[in-house]
Amino acid sequence: MDKQKFQLNSNTRNILFAMIGFGLLSLAYGMFGGPGAKRVAASLLLNNIYFIHIGLVGLFFVTVHAIAESGWQTSIQRVGEAMSAFIPVGSVLLLLLFVLGGMPLLFEWTHTEHLDALLLKKVAYLNVPFFYVRFFIITGAWVILWYFVRKTSLQMDTGDLKYFHRMRTLSAIFVVFLALSTVVASWDWLMSIDAHWFSTLYGWYVFSSMLAAGIALYIILLFLLKQMGYMQHVNVEHIHDLGKYLFGFSIFWAYLWISQYLLIWYANIPEETVYFYVRQKYFPNLFYVNLILNFVIPFLALMTRNSKRTFAVLVPVSVIVFIGHWVDLYQMITPGVVGGEEAGIGLLEIGLTIGYLGLFFLVTFFSLSKAPLVPEKHPFHKESLEYHTNY
Amino acid sequence: MSKYITAYYSDEVDLLKGVKLIRSKGLEIADVLTPFPVHGLDSVMGMKRSRLSVVAFAGGAIGAISGFAFQTWVFTSAYPINFGGKPLFSVPSFIPVTFELTVLFAAFAMVIAFFITNKIGPGAKTVIHDERITDDRFLVVVKMDETKSDNALSILKEAGAQGITLKGE
Repeated sequence: MDKQKFQLNSNTRNILFAMIGFGLLSLAYGMFGGPGAKRVAASLLLNNIYFIHIGLVGLFFVTVHAIAESGWQTSIQRVGEAMSAFIPVGSVLLLLLFVLGGMPLLFEWTHTEHLDALLLKKVAYLNVPFFYVRFFIITGAWVILWYFVRKTSLQMDTGDLKYFHRMRTLSAIFVVFLALSTVVASWDWLMSIDAHWFSTLYGWYVFSSMLAAGIALYIILLFLLKQMGYMQHVNVEHIHDLGKYLFGFSIFWAYLWISQYLLIWYANIPEETVYFYVRQKYFPNLFYVNLILNFVIPFLALMTRNSKRTFAVLVPVSVIVFIGHWVDLYQMITPGVVGGEEAGIGLLEIGLTIGYLGLFFLVTFFSLSKAPLVPEKHPFHKESLEYHTNY
Repeated sequence: MSKYITAYYSDEVDLLKGVKLIRSKGLEIADVLTPFPVHGLDSVMGMKRSRLSVVAFAGGAIGAISGFAFQTWVFTSAYPINFGGKPLFSVPSFIPVTFELTVLFAAFAMVIAFFITNKIGPGAKTVIHDERITDDRFLVVVKMDETKSDNALSILKEAGAQGITLKGE
């Protein structure tokens, strides 16, 4: 019999605490005797943004299907809601990183005493007070909308259709706000690292990266839950659709990647090409590894119908895409913050990511245990259980 | 198919039941014509998965390879022009055309393969079994075996089909 309520057993909890402990240890190593403060700051920024992104995709998954009034996802949507519980946690951690000395390490434009002519022109936008105003508007709205979407979803368990309609309104607000806010957030937290450089496509490029990574972790989470004995109703049909998302978003990412690269490569203007010049000079392997992990492997491996319907293919590909988009964010952040010569992927970077992964899973599992695993009073519940997809 | 029988149902639930029964008695169903897509009909009819995706992949692969190879030949040896100081063999500039040709070849391969396997397209002779299959009738076409014609008719009758008629020359 399917278990209706998730309970975090002590074994899993200990593993997650060990992961967080390992993350803290490598953070201590990084701060007091390791590779230097800049690498610590870059690594913290990377992991914070990465897992906030994944939490946002969890909420995006729930809300976008609520707007579309689709039915197949209702039996797995509590996983997405649980993932989104990391949004407030990640926002607080990101704020702590910025407040506790991260800003001057990460962003060149905060050194107001020696700005060059180009950066002086951007001072109206890139200044510390306005940065924090944008930060609080964006993360504040995310947390408020997360709170209300989650609350409405739990109220839907009463079976009152009023909440179904409220959910749709809230979802529409969230999806529109997310589309705009992730673009601004990517300018602030990622693109302003290379403050001299600019790219119009950058916001959507980050957005596509986030969608692929989020769906990858969604699949991994579902697989883990099924291994633990929960969510036994999840069958090949649900997996198939998540596989299509992973396939589609990976192609979408590649499309935006080439669109950004191609225009800069063609125009060959020094102030634009500097971005890729640094990356190809100091990170020649990562530059291509990024493309192989995020496009070539998911594109070829998930092309056939059968591979999207098998956990044995889908889960390894999801893990690869998850690592791939970590690498993608790494090559967005590190060259600008740390610089080509001192950068590297060592105990600090890997340990911190493991720590964050443990924290993310802990928050997700904690949130999962707060509500029934399946919203059985949802109007589309039966449709989701009997879902059938041909292609 | 020289000789065949057509019979119709006026409800899709009866159709699904009937098709299941007809097949279980060993009659081979050539086609079912319906006014709208009926859920679950494919599996009841025992239809195999379409191999159109294989054709699409083959077409796309041919398009990608030939598009890339053609551009390489044109820009490096047949008609080399220096664009903005870029090397003659520059992969990024080949990507858009390669992509478009992949899509074009895959699409054409699928359309042509679809026409051929379904024997439709310009100049094909159309057979209209029953004019009401675009309205409210669900027509079943059954292959006829000369030796078992009485048997086939009785099976269809048993399966609740109406308007059973023998066709073909």
